Amino acid sequence: MKERSVLIVGGGPAGLAAAVAAYDAGVRDVLIVERDSRVGGILKQCIHPGFGLHRFGCELTGPEYAERYAEEVRRRGIEVRTGTFVTGVTPERVVTLQSREGIEEIRAGAVVLAMGCRERPRGALNIPGTRPAGIYTAGTAQRLINVEGYLPGRRVVILGSGDIGLITARRMTLEGAKVLAVCELLPYSGGLARNIEQCLNDFDIPLLLSHTVTEIHGKERLTGVTVSSVDENRRPIPGTERFFDCDTLLLSVGLIPENELTEKLGLPLDRRTGGAAVDTDRQTAIPGVFACGNVLHVHDLVDYVSGEAELAGKAAAAFAKGELAAGEELAVTAGAGIRYTVPQRVRRGETAEIYFRFSDVSRKVEVYAEADGTPLAVKKLLRAAPGEMQKLKVSVPADSANLTIKMRPQA
Amino acid sequence: MKEKHYTCIICPSGCEITAVLDGEKIVSITGNTCKRGEEYVKNELTCPMRTLTTTVCGFSGRPVAVRTADAIPKAKLFEAMAEVNAFRPSRPVRFGETLIADLAATGVPLIATASEEE
Ligand SMILES: Cc1cc2nc3c(=O)[nH]c(=O)nc-3n(C[C@H](O)[C@H](O)[C@H](O)COP(=O)(O)OP(=O)(O)OC[C@H]3O[C@@H](n4cnc5c(N)ncnc54)[C@H](O)[C@@H]3O)c2cc1C
Ligand code: SF4
Repeated sequence: MKERSVLIVGGGPAGLAAAVAAYDAGVRDVLIVERDSRVGGILKQCIHPGFGLHRFGCELTGPEYAERYAEEVRRRGIEVRTGTFVTGVTPERVVTLQSREGIEEIRAGAVVLAMGCRERPRGALNIPGTRPAGIYTAGTAQRLINVEGYLPGRRVVILGSGDIGLITARRMTLEGAKVLAVCELLPYSGGLARNIEQCLNDFDIPLLLSHTVTEIHGKERLTGVTVSSVDENRRPIPGTERFFDCDTLLLSVGLIPENELTEKLGLPLDRRTGGAAVDTDRQTAIPGVFACGNVLHVHDLVDYVSGEAELAGKAAAAFAKGELAAGEELAVTAGAGIRYTVPQRVRRGETAEIYFRFSDVSRKVEVYAEADGTPLAVKKLLRAAPGEMQKLKVSVPADSANLTIKMRPQA
Repeated sequence: MKEKHYTCIICPSGCEITAVLDGEKIVSITGNTCKRGEEYVKNELTCPMRTLTTTVCGFSGRPVAVRTADAIPKAKLFEAMAEVNAFRPSRPVRFGETLIADLAATGVPLIATASEEE
């Protein structure tokens, strides 16, 4: 069986950055396996600017950001196998590859999972009515327009106000379609404030908060949707129905980490992140198996994906060389107002950067880490929103029984 | 005196900025975390500027990602789109190359942000 020190599953921004970091940590035989014909992952279709502000100090488009990392990979001569699927990984780190040339098994010193995420499909939604053509996920619409060169519709309603939906609303408008409304079930948008401004307000596209699609019309092709207001329990309010005459409905209702391989490996998923639980090195519960990027938890900023992937790549290289530091671990708990944290485990006596998301929207809050009832690191924020990932630097005590990340209103 | 509210779009922080105006005159700008927010609001009051990202039809007939090298007046976005959509390259598009030197008479060039697949 062929052997590789570090094998990376997925050639998106996470996989590319992990490969570069593993190489720079002294491992030369790094292999990236990518199922698509090109590396870059989802960034290839994200042609809008908004990438790299933290990393490069300027705003790049998705393809430009991907190109910077692809160039680093080329410069180091790191091998990339495109058009190749990883169909299995065992706990002993035997990786099965499938391509046009056939099936191959490679034994890896360390494996980095970087498969990204996929969109929640329409089947997951409970919209009554027929199932005509003209219903897409927003990301599919984005790919059709930006990669295939095909405008999927002329009169559009979007369900869900996440960033992908907002970006696609602008994109379709620029290409001549009419976006009638963006409906959001919650009383607030999950998208960045800047995207509501530059993607909706710039083009007078209404954002209907606390609204949802309650009926789909049309037999062959979509002919319209019914939209209703919802109450505080997210139930449609009878009598508030409005009909929109449209040929396209885009669903932007969230992303789920692509963890089929992870589950086959026998790794339990953290229910809140949808990804594996990891330590500060982004090592999963299986030694030598690391995870980073959207497969671990859905990121809103690719800059954080690259940072996380560098941690994973560097640690994977150290593991492959038998040099990965170990230490006694402490579980991190998501406390009041916090939906989840990554990592879920930290090492005692070390400084850890803990990423987290808030459960709800609020203003003027304090986040802090608490160990045995004592607040450790306190950070004041003007605004808390689940859509914007935050981080907190914590010196992990050597001897405390627990560590919780919590939120409270500013005094 | 009049108050106008803005969400700064320059970076993902999305600061909420308030401008106090006395007629045409700016009395104060508050809420911005950095200097660029102030500049953004000043532009919004006179000539709102936006970076345009879209695709051109490549030599192969498939879309290739492009952007304006700098922000252009928001009022010119659709005129710029019409020009971009009418453009046809005479050879395969390369990453970083200038495709249109002066897009929609804005003085700003249109550049490729991806290469065509070989
Ligand atoms: C529509 C959209 C808009 C966004 N806008 C912004 C923005 O404005 N600013 C910003 O900073 N971030 C943005 N993001 C977030 C950012 O793009 C992502 O966080 C980032 O791309 C995640 O990188 P990744 O490598 O984890 O995943 P991906 O980019 O999804 O890459 C995963 C790769 O793994 C491959 N793969 C999966 N499974 C296998 C397998 N079994 N075998 C082989 N290969 C496999 C896939 O083909 C893919 O290439 C956006 C994301 C989306 C989806
Ligand atoms: S004011 Fe500065 S920090 Fe705030 S959104 Fe604008 S550019 Fe970003």
